[in-house]
Amino acid sequence: MIKEYSTITDVNGPLIIVNKISNVKYDELVEVELSNGEKRRGQVLEVSEDKAIVQMFEGTSGIDISNTRVRFLGRVIEIPVSMDLLGRIFDGSGRPIDKGPNIIADKRLDINGNPLNPYARDYPNDFIQTGISSIDVLNTLVRGQKLPIFSGSGLPHSKVASQIARQARVLGKEESFSVVFAAMGITFEEANFFIEDFRRTGAIEKSVMYINLANDPAIERIITPRMALTTAEYLAFEKDMHVLVILTDMTNYCEALREVSAARKEVPGRRGYPGYLYTDLATLYERAGRIKDKKGSITLMPILSMPEDDKTHPIPDLTGYITEGQIILARELHLKGIYPPVNVLPSLSRLKDKGIGEDKTREDHANVMNQLFASYARGKASKELATILGEAALTDEDKKYVEFSDKFEEIFVQQGEDENRDIEKSLTIGWETLAILPLNELKRIKEEYIEKYLKVITNNKES
Amino acid sequence: MPENTGKIVKVSGPVVVAENLIGAKMYDVVQVSQDKLIGEIIELNQDRVTIQVYEETSGIGPGEPVYNTGLPLCVELGPGLIRSIYDGIQRPLDIIFQNEGDFITRGVEAHSLNRTTKWDFKPLKKIGEQVSSGDRLGIIQETPIVSHYIMVPPRLEGTVENINEGSFTVTDIVAQIKDKNGETHEISMIQKWPVRIMRPYKEKLPPKEPLITGQRVIDTFFTIAKGGTACIPGPFGSGKTVVQHQLSKWCNAEIIIFIGCGERGNEMTNVLLEFPELIDPNSGKPLMERTVLIANTSNMPVAAREASVYTGITIAEYYRDMGYNVALMADSTSRWAEAMREISGRLEEMPGEEGYPAYLGTRIASFYERAGRIRYLSTKEDEATISIIGAVSPPGGDLSEPVTQNTLRTVQVYWSLQDKLAYERHFPAIDWLKSYSLYLDQLTDYMREEIDKDFINTRTTAMTILQEESELEETVRLVGIDALSKTERLILDTARSIREDFLHQNAFDEVDTYTSMKKQYLMLENIIFFHKTALTAIQEEYIDNEQLNKLPVKNQIARAKHIAEDKLGEFNKIKEHIREQIDSLISRKAGKDE
Repeated sequence: MIKEYSTITDVNGPLIIVNKISNVKYDELVEVELSNGEKRRGQVLEVSEDKAIVQMFEGTSGIDISNTRVRFLGRVIEIPVSMDLLGRIFDGSGRPIDKGPNIIADKRLDINGNPLNPYARDYPNDFIQTGISSIDVLNTLVRGQKLPIFSGSGLPHSKVASQIARQARVLGKEESFSVVFAAMGITFEEANFFIEDFRRTGAIEKSVMYINLANDPAIERIITPRMALTTAEYLAFEKDMHVLVILTDMTNYCEALREVSAARKEVPGRRGYPGYLYTDLATLYERAGRIKDKKGSITLMPILSMPEDDKTHPIPDLTGYITEGQIILARELHLKGIYPPVNVLPSLSRLKDKGIGEDKTREDHANVMNQLFASYARGKASKELATILGEAALTDEDKKYVEFSDKFEEIFVQQGEDENRDIEKSLTIGWETLAILPLNELKRIKEEYIEKYLKVITNNKES
Repeated sequence: MPENTGKIVKVSGPVVVAENLIGAKMYDVVQVSQDKLIGEIIELNQDRVTIQVYEETSGIGPGEPVYNTGLPLCVELGPGLIRSIYDGIQRPLDIIFQNEGDFITRGVEAHSLNRTTKWDFKPLKKIGEQVSSGDRLGIIQETPIVSHYIMVPPRLEGTVENINEGSFTVTDIVAQIKDKNGETHEISMIQKWPVRIMRPYKEKLPPKEPLITGQRVIDTFFTIAKGGTACIPGPFGSGKTVVQHQLSKWCNAEIIIFIGCGERGNEMTNVLLEFPELIDPNSGKPLMERTVLIANTSNMPVAAREASVYTGITIAEYYRDMGYNVALMADSTSRWAEAMREISGRLEEMPGEEGYPAYLGTRIASFYERAGRIRYLSTKEDEATISIIGAVSPPGGDLSEPVTQNTLRTVQVYWSLQDKLAYERHFPAIDWLKSYSLYLDQLTDYMREEIDKDFINTRTTAMTILQEESELEETVRLVGIDALSKTERLILDTARSIREDFLHQNAFDEVDTYTSMKKQYLMLENIIFFHKTALTAIQEEYIDNEQLNKLPVKNQIARAKHIAEDKLGEFNKIKEHIREQIDSLISRKAGKDE
C-alpha cells in the first residue's frame, strides 16, 4: 500500500520537505501531485524519522503547502529498456517526444547502476579510427575509453562530436554499433543539429536520444545522463553492441548539482560547487569501459564548455582527473579558420599507447607522435620568440621550426568536415611536415623508420 | 532485540545516524540494515551514533536495524595477501567478481584471506624455546620470491609449547605459546590488526640507502631513500600515474603496496594485466609476485576510499615486520582527502580551508609518519623500511591548496610535475628546478661508495648547468641568442643535452623504461665530459659552437639511452669518440690557421 501525504512544510528552490512520514527510504522515487492534477517526480535526498527532503526534478513552481499530495513509490528511479529504444527520442526524464509509442520494457533498470568491479574490467585497446588526424595520430581514441571534448562557447564542438560519431570505426571489423546521446540544457538549434545530422546519415536508426533543452527543468539534468548511461550499459553488456555515448553539455549538469547543493545549504567546495562533485562525476564517467568476456563496450565522449576557456575551472579540472585524457579545442585556431581547432599540445589520450603500433595502426606511429608533439612545442616556442625579437633574430634551426609548425597546423590539423582520413594517410601527412626539419632533429624516431618512411617522401618530392 | 542492536533514525548519503546502540565505541564496525552494509562509527552523541557506511545506502530508511560488532575496522594479515586485489576495506575483488558478477552489489561478504588454501608451514622455533613479539615462528613460501614469516603477535611473549610442521589453512592452529602467567595462546597464521593504529616497532632510524627506481631524474637528482616519503603533485595529464606505475614496477623494494584511491578503474586493470607479465630486474620473477593491490576506484563508495590508505599502510607494516623493504604508492591522496571532506561535510563539522576538515593536516602527517626505517620487533636487531610515495592532484594545478601544502610540510622529497613539460612530451614531466630531495646529504656516502666517487660532483655540475640555462633563457628572451658568448651558448647546448638525452625517459620503451644507477652515471658523465672538453676547445682553441653541435658523437650521446644494460662498455667508446672528434676539430683548425 502506498501512503499519500499532504504534509509538505517547506518549499525551497528545487527541494520540498515532507513531514510526518513513515517507512521512507533514502534515494526513493517520489511522485508529487499538484492541486491542478499535474504529476511531477522527485527523489529522496535525506530522510530522518519523521521528515524527508525531496529533490524535485521538474521544479517546484506551482507547488503549494496545503493541497499538494506526495507519494513515496518504494523504488528507486528506473527506466524501461529493450531493443525498441533504438531510433527513439526522449525528453530528459525518459518520456518519448518523437510521437512514438511508449517503450515495452524488456526489463527495468535502476538508473544509478552499480559500480563496476575493477577486476571485471578489460583494458581498452582497440584503435578507433575517427578519420581526424589530430585525434587518430596524436590523441588516439580507443574502444571503451572516456575522452571528453573541452570546448568554449562559440567553438564547433558539436561539429567535431558529430563527425566522430559519423566516421568512427574499428579497422577490419564490422560489428553492431550504436550512439546514445544525452543533451543537458543545450539550445534547440544545437539539439536539432545533432538530430538532423543523425537523420541525414541514417545514424538515427542506431541511436537513442535523451534531450533536455535549455528551457526544460534544470534539476532534470541530474537524471538525464544517468538514463543515457543505463541505456548504454544495457546495449553494450547485454546486447553486445559497441556504444558511443555523447553527453553535452556537462557544464549544465554540474550547475544543476550546484543548485541542489546550495538549496540544501551544504558547505561549498571550489566556486560554490559541492565537495562531492568529483565523486558524482566519477560515478557517471566510470560507467564507460569494457568488461571481460563481454563483446560490447561503452566509449564515452562528454562535451563541456569551459567558462572563460579556463581549463582550471572545477568542471574541466575534475573531469580531466577522471577521464582518460581530453581533446581541447582552441579559440586561437578557430579564429585562424582551422577546423577542427584541436589544440594538440594540452590534449591527451591516456590509453593511446595500448591502441597504437604494429598490428594496431603502424609500427612508426608512437615515434611519429612523440616527434610531432616535441617539434610542434618547439615550433610554438620559436614563434613566441619571433613575436618578441622579430623573425630576423631567430637561428636557422628556429626558422625551420616555425615553418614546420605553420605547415603542421595547415595540412595536418586542418581538414574538412566530411573528410575521413585513414590512419595511413594521417601518418603520411605527419611525415610530410616532419620532412621540413633537419634530419638530426628527429631524435625521437628510430633510424630504421626514418629510412623507411621519410626517404619515400623526400624522394617523391625530388622526382 | 539483542543488546548490541540499534535503530536507524536518519540517512543522508553515506552518513547514517542510529540510536539505542548500547556500548558503542568510537570506530566500532557496524552492520547497517538487513543487507548488513558495513559501516564505522565516527561520532557519538549521547544515545545517538553517527556511522559512515562503506557501501551505497540507497533504499535504506529510518527504523531499520544496526548491529554493532564491537570491533574496530581490522585487516586480516597472513599468507595470501600478495597477488591479491582488495577494495578499500580489504574485500577481495576477484572473489567478489566470481561470486557476484561484473558489478559490485551491496552487502557482499567474503573473507580477505582464502580459508581453504593450504600453506606449507615450516617451523623455525622448537618446543620449549623462549619467544617474544615479532619473532619468527615459522616460514611459508607465499610466492616464488616472498618468504612469509609467521610471527609472534605483538604484545605476546612466552615459551613455545607446541609447534607443528605441515600443510595448514590460515585458520588452523600451528603453534601454542604459554605466557608468563601460564596462559596458553593458540597461534594461527592469521593476525587481525585495526587499520587506524600503527603496528609497533622497536625504534626509528634515519634513512641511509636510496630506493633505486631506475628513473634517471629521480635516482640521480631527486633521490628518495628507503624508508623515506615523497609526493608527486601535478595537474591532470602531467603523468602522475605513469610515474607511480614506473616506481611500483622498477623500484628495488621487496614488497609493493599499490593503492588506487579514488582513481580510474582502467588504471587498476592496466596494473592487473601488466604486472604478471613484467619481470622484476632485481628478482627475475613477475612483478605481481611481490605486489598487493588496493583498488577503491572513483565510482566505488566514498567512505571505503577514506579507509583504503589505512588498509594499505597496515598491510605494508605487516610485511615490514617480517624484515622487508616495502614501498607503498598511494594514487591519489587528494581523493582520500576529498573523501574526508565529504564525510566531514555530512557531519556538518565546521570546515577549515576550502571546506576540508580542520584535522586534514594531522591526518596527512600521521599517515606519512608510518613510513620510515625501523628496527622491528624481535629478539634480534634487524632493520626494515617502508617508503611512501603519494600522488597529489591539486585542483587546477594550484599548489597553494590545502592538500598539497599539508603534504609538503610532511614529506622529504618533492617531485614537481609541470603540465608545460608534459605538453612538450618531456616525460617524466618532473621539473628539475622546483623539485627537491632532502635525503641527498644522507645518501652521499652510499653514492660515493656504491656508484662512483665522482657521482656527486657530476650531479652538481649538471644541476648548475640546468640552473644557468634558465637564467640565460631569460636573456635570450629579451635580447636574442646573438647576445650570448660562446661559453654561454655551450651551456645552453649542454643543458639541452641533459634535458633531452638524460632527463627525458620513455616509460614505454623496452630499454629506456629502466636505467641502472651505473648506466645513469655513465650517461651523465659523458654529457659532462663533452661539456668540459668542448669548453676547453672553445676557450683555448676558438672552436665554434656550430662545429661542436655537428659532431657525429652528439648523436651517439643522444641515443645512449638505448644502450642495453649488458653493453655498458659502449659508454667508454663514446667517451673516446668525444675526445677524438673534438681533438680533430682542433687540429683541423690549427692546420687552417697556419
